Amino acid sequence: MTAAPDAALTAAQAPGVARRRARRLAGDLGGGVIVLWGAATLTFLAIHLMPGDPAVAYAGGVASHPSHALLASVAREYGLDRPVIVQYLVYLGNLLRGQLGYSASQQLPVSEVIRLNVAPTAELTLGSLVLAWLLALVISLLTVRRGRVLSSIGSGLEIVTASLPQYWLGIILLEVFAFHLGWFPATGGSGLPGLVLPSLTLAIPIAGFLGQVTREEFESALEQPFVTSARARGMGEWGVRLRHALRHAVLPGVTLSGWALGALISGAVIVETLYSRNGLGNVLLQGVTQQDMPLTIGVVLVVAVVYVMATILVDLLYQLVDPRLRTSG
Amino acid sequence: MTLIDRAPELGRPAGEQPLRGRARAGWLRRVRPGITLAWAVVVLLLIAVAFPGLLARQPPLAVRPAQSLLPPSLAHFFGTDQSGRDVFSRVVYGARESLSIGVAATAIGLGIAIVLGVAAGLGGRWADAVISRFLEILFAFPSLLLALLFVAMFGAGVGSLIVAVGLGSAPGFARMIRGQVIAVKRAPYVEAARVLGHPPWRILAGSIFPNAMRPLFVLGTLGVGQSIVWASALSFLGLGAAPPAPEWGAMLAAGRDLISTAWWLEFFPGAVIVATALAATALGRHLQRRLEGRVA
Repeated sequence: MTAAPDAALTAAQAPGVARRRARRLAGDLGGGVIVLWGAATLTFLAIHLMPGDPAVAYAGGVASHPSHALLASVAREYGLDRPVIVQYLVYLGNLLRGQLGYSASQQLPVSEVIRLNVAPTAELTLGSLVLAWLLALVISLLTVRRGRVLSSIGSGLEIVTASLPQYWLGIILLEVFAFHLGWFPATGGSGLPGLVLPSLTLAIPIAGFLGQVTREEFESALEQPFVTSARARGMGEWGVRLRHALRHAVLPGVTLSGWALGALISGAVIVETLYSRNGLGNVLLQGVTQQDMPLTIGVVLVVAVVYVMATILVDLLYQLVDPRLRTSG
Repeated sequence: MTLIDRAPELGRPAGEQPLRGRARAGWLRRVRPGITLAWAVVVLLLIAVAFPGLLARQPPLAVRPAQSLLPPSLAHFFGTDQSGRDVFSRVVYGARESLSIGVAATAIGLGIAIVLGVAAGLGGRWADAVISRFLEILFAFPSLLLALLFVAMFGAGVGSLIVAVGLGSAPGFARMIRGQVIAVKRAPYVEAARVLGHPPWRILAGSIFPNAMRPLFVLGTLGVGQSIVWASALSFLGLGAAPPAPEWGAMLAAGRDLISTAWWLEFFPGAVIVATALAATALGRHLQRRLEGRVA
């Protein structure tokens, strides 16, 4: 494999590739639907295995002290006086129609709470993912195979940053850049300056991880014959790295990106609490501490949907980056 | 929350990797500074667990309002908290509870994972399909969310914290154990035992089980480090141990409102958690390399 082959050309040359790709996508989507159905079933079981009356859980938890009238209406709405299998079907039907119940702690329907809070979390997690990739690539390009000292600094940095807990990293960044130097706001802040510290907190450990796998692949790519032949043609070091080796080096990182998104969403719970930001993570934590089950389950299910879709998307992206998969299927 | 939990590379069953070269002999190469440092951290932690009085001179619960929120000094290495309690003493005395939480959570996670992983690996096609699908469903939830769901069901507190962290780590462990059991099942020595006509229970107990379970030491060591970090993250969110106890995560939660004035309340307990996790990870990886060398 030499320089990047034209994607359209390869697709045209190999008949049936589009069909094969469509079949693969259908398989992915089918698997995703099964996983989501399982996730919904699991949350249904969670409510019914919980100690106490399911009606109390649906009505907003013990802490909200639901009235008898409310409990009766909840029991009617969810069919709690009917057999469990009917309750299960009612539950699934409600989910399919996007009805996630009513959040007692927020005094709003769950779907409304999620709609109001999804934007800041999406901004934070996607921004962090991009930032993490940038950090990982810059460090790899600069330090892989650049002499013993630089390489060990690079890989040491990756190992240490990958094992930093986000709350601790966030506290250090807050202390240094917000309280001591005063460069960025400590809490809230809707604009770009307010986003810098939270995204760095999320991105640095992920970057350490992406960097580790990228480095390994980068090293082996630089030993391949195509690199030697590019060098023999008189290509400079940066040309070899950017045009030839990089494409190989990012592959394992791309497969990790779906997982990284999950880690970012988990991290958002911590970061949003630490920096007092609005978002799904913050709302989820409120739901958990007040045992507001509709809210907790609603947010968890939405995250599962996003996570499963991200995994499918990553699979597609992988085929785009690695043309070999398109022809060999 | 560290990210070690889901990294696929840790799931490599032993024996799949080529033998690591033992070139460049000499004692200088054999003494690795990282491993030595990790052992030093472990020894200090064990002393803190067994004889906390040896390391810390001041009682961890003594309240002295006149000495509240003092920055780190020679008298108080890690400073004092809002009630004038010595943070260093609290960190030392907290080792016992924090490490117990990590070990208990790992034990629960590994226990569930062994049952699921072995059943999937040995139970035939149907059991494997069902369990693998079930694990896939669990993987649709990021681990912290599984733990949060559990805490929402059963309320906050140390007990549910331990179970929640254990449950969160079980799917990852189970996938690794399943891979290991399948790899061992297909190994030549198992086939040899079958050809020799050994009964299935003997093959299971004598060949498959000991070989498949060997990486458990590695998983356990890595797991304790991760569990401590996870548990401390949940405690940081206010879902863990109750305030007066000198537990690391509880200390982080108590200091959260004071970060702008007293950084040492968060920095030092966090640093000890990071050091513990790094030491566990370094030793786990070291153990993994040694085991792979022997298997190959």
